[in-house]
Amino acid sequence: MKDIHLIALTVNGEEHEIVVESRRTLADVLRHDLGYTGTHIGCEHGICGACTVLLDGQPVRACLVFGVQADGCDVRTVEGLSDGEELSDLQKAFSRCHGLQCGFCTPGFLMLSEAYLSEQDGVPDEAQVREVMASNICRCTGYQGIVEAVRQVAEERAG
Amino acid sequence: MTSIGERLARKEDPRLLRGLGRFGDDQDRPGQLWMRVVRSPLAHGRLVSISKPEGAHVITAEDVPPGVRIPVRLKVQGIDLDDHLQPVLAADEVRYVGEPVAVVLADDPYEAEDLAELVQVDIEELPVTVDTADGTQAAEFELGYGDVEAAFGEAGHVVRIEFEVGRHSAVPLEPRALLADVDPASGALQIFGMTKVPVFNRDVLATMLGIDENLIHVHAMDAGGGFGVRGEFYPEDFLVPWLAWTLRRPVKWVEDRAEHLVAVNHSRQQKHVISAAFDNEGTLLGLKDDVLHDNGAYARTHGIIVPELTLAMLPGPYRVPAFHGRVRVMLTNKTPCGTYRAPGRFEGTSVREQLLDVAADQLGIDRVELRRKNLLTADELPHTRAMSTLGTDVVLDSGDYPGLLDKAMVEADRLGYLSRLESLRAQGHAAGLGVAMFLEKSGLGPQETADVTVSTSGAVRVHSGGTSLGQGIETILAQVTADALDIDPAVVTVINGDTVLQPFGGGSWASRSTVVGGSAVHRAAVAVRERAVRMASRMLEVAEEDLEIKAGMIGVRGAPGSSVSYADVAKACRPGSPYLGPDEPAGLTARRRFEVEHMTYPYGVHVALVDVDTGTGHVEVLRYLVAYEVGRAINPTLVEGQLLGGVAQGVGGALLEEFRYDEAGQPQAVTFMDYLMPTAAEVPRIDVLVAQDAPAPGNPLGVKGAGEGGLTAAGAVIAGAIRDALGLTGSVGRLPMTAERVRGLIEEGT
Repeated sequence: MKDIHLIALTVNGEEHEIVVESRRTLADVLRHDLGYTGTHIGCEHGICGACTVLLDGQPVRACLVFGVQADGCDVRTVEGLSDGEELSDLQKAFSRCHGLQCGFCTPGFLMLSEAYLSEQDGVPDEAQVREVMASNICRCTGYQGIVEAVRQVAEERAG
Repeated sequence: MTSIGERLARKEDPRLLRGLGRFGDDQDRPGQLWMRVVRSPLAHGRLVSISKPEGAHVITAEDVPPGVRIPVRLKVQGIDLDDHLQPVLAADEVRYVGEPVAVVLADDPYEAEDLAELVQVDIEELPVTVDTADGTQAAEFELGYGDVEAAFGEAGHVVRIEFEVGRHSAVPLEPRALLADVDPASGALQIFGMTKVPVFNRDVLATMLGIDENLIHVHAMDAGGGFGVRGEFYPEDFLVPWLAWTLRRPVKWVEDRAEHLVAVNHSRQQKHVISAAFDNEGTLLGLKDDVLHDNGAYARTHGIIVPELTLAMLPGPYRVPAFHGRVRVMLTNKTPCGTYRAPGRFEGTSVREQLLDVAADQLGIDRVELRRKNLLTADELPHTRAMSTLGTDVVLDSGDYPGLLDKAMVEADRLGYLSRLESLRAQGHAAGLGVAMFLEKSGLGPQETADVTVSTSGAVRVHSGGTSLGQGIETILAQVTADALDIDPAVVTVINGDTVLQPFGGGSWASRSTVVGGSAVHRAAVAVRERAVRMASRMLEVAEEDLEIKAGMIGVRGAPGSSVSYADVAKACRPGSPYLGPDEPAGLTARRRFEVEHMTYPYGVHVALVDVDTGTGHVEVLRYLVAYEVGRAINPTLVEGQLLGGVAQGVGGALLEEFRYDEAGQPQAVTFMDYLMPTAAEVPRIDVLVAQDAPAPGNPLGVKGAGEGGLTAAGAVIAGAIRDALGLTGSVGRLPMTAERVRGLIEEGT
């Protein structure tokens, strides 16, 4: 017998009420129930980070969080980064620095970076950025463009 | 104004950055069934029975059409592999852990997985073969030229090493996914999620299903990395469409990571015994290699091209008067193998370059000098080797190999590699420098077809046969089109990998899309330009010779006010237009084909500086330089991106990644906790030197492929650097150089 729950969550500012099975992951809720397919699933065991989203501002692996755990929470996904037509500074920097190729890991790296940059007071050096970006896996870029993009945005935001 | 050579921002980026790409698992159909594969838990055994949970929809071998096997896509050396092909579901015998034995269908993916776990597979165990040498020989062949025995007979020095390359693979970040659906009105099978070679896969599927190929429509998709493994025809590529076709219901399947690591092609595993003959001055006289190639349990679509490429590319960029290679292709109870980015070259380059390092020490010659002395020079090219690979002759087309080696060494010095090495050593570090030279191949044929169409708004559409795997091919082809038409690349839209829009596509593999696909697009765009000029001459009532094209306007030379745009010409090409002749086809469009006679051979140099922790065996890659000759860079940023990404994968293959098996054939790397891919912490900042000194003579763009050269010499250069750091006299013997193996080498002190 299915164990189902009614949950309410906000995704990128939009409120949703939905019925989910207790075992359903947040990644599946976002992708298949609510249509936010920008959150990608690469390993389903919390290593690759492609499914990283912000849960009440904190980066989490959406494959390791159950949908029911997000009840009453505020979720941010890659679809919420840009302001309408205009890409965010971080998205622009990823493109400018060639920080993406196939784009599958990109939403996870963007959300990880978004959270990291929001916690920064000063401008981190390359080694610090690398250490944080080592949370996720990219198989295409060799990480150089990703690290450069995050570093550049940190500088820009610091003014 | 040309768009070629510009660092244009990628056309793919905006959708991917917004999370709006279309990947395999990104769409669902109402009423779809989810498929889950039941896989063999044992490496070898006789399939006794499969018990199905009550009420579950389970399909086994007896339900599928008899005799359906995965065909070989690339047949070479006239070797028949029919006895070794993989069935889509195992019928009598299972031969590796992960082999599909049944599939379960359910309305919900969680439920499908639950049911699959309840399927009881009774297998009577049979003896398991894990060691390559104990396997069943599926093929044996030789390649070579010249009198090798005579070369070794007259040699002043013979150097011999044994070297093993570990089993690893591409592991793209997106697992495989397929959705198949039959359109009720047209009866056509719609497939989402096939990449790399969609037209080939469509044709294979049409044959298997016994239907016309035009009843199958493979749609253009984004793909989360390809690297050789994604998009080949696997058992699931039959099962999902066949089920949708038979049941007349949408069927969806998404692989999980644990499945991926045992189901998708592995690669690389080879053991070499290689020797080189030199005269007393260090001139290479001959090369011999004996290769044992582990192909896992079956021959799949790649057949034996990886071992063939290993031998055919083994002499590399060197002047090798006589060469003999033999390879034995062995079947073992492990996941079947295929190509992975730089197939055969990663392996062969690792082995050959390590041999040259050992030889340099034995001959008392500096290792860079030994290479320089034996590299083919610019005036020796083109150079034909009396052997073939992939059905084409090996003709090294153009280049200056010693020139690039010199450039790379100067660049490494300028960037401080040598001074850093000295200072590390002065501080007591076990630091080492590796230098490796390699030859790549690219632009494999036989053909590519492209359509270029201008619509009445002036927008341009390109339908090419490549597929978007992350390499940026949409951007590249837009630049090629814009260049030929003299228009802004912003108005060009490129659609790849849709079998209806481009039914003659060859696909994206073997570093071919820019070379072969780009040349086809170039030819089609030139044809459109010529047609536009012809039409404009009628519209403006001037001779074609008096027209010129500037920034998308076709005008009369010397008469600025008198011109028409491509949009105007497209309107003049509509049916009923007074400018259109009675037998002339409507539309400003052209389809053209580019056929390849010979591949084009890029080449490069890798230089790496490593620091070995002799206590733990940990190897840190501190600096890494790739110098690469690309002929002509359509978009230098994308060429650099290919090289950077290749290096990262190469660092993985050289130091971390390995599919290990225990004695029972149980895979030991089935999660990302035991299959270790490099992160931003393991990959250093990489220096890149892209050379455009030797355009390819065999295609109109002068381009050489860039997809693989970042990876080709990574195993070689890291092995060389570790050998240098530890001061070994012999070879490091094996890749990957995990910390444990490095510790072993230190203890042996060889």
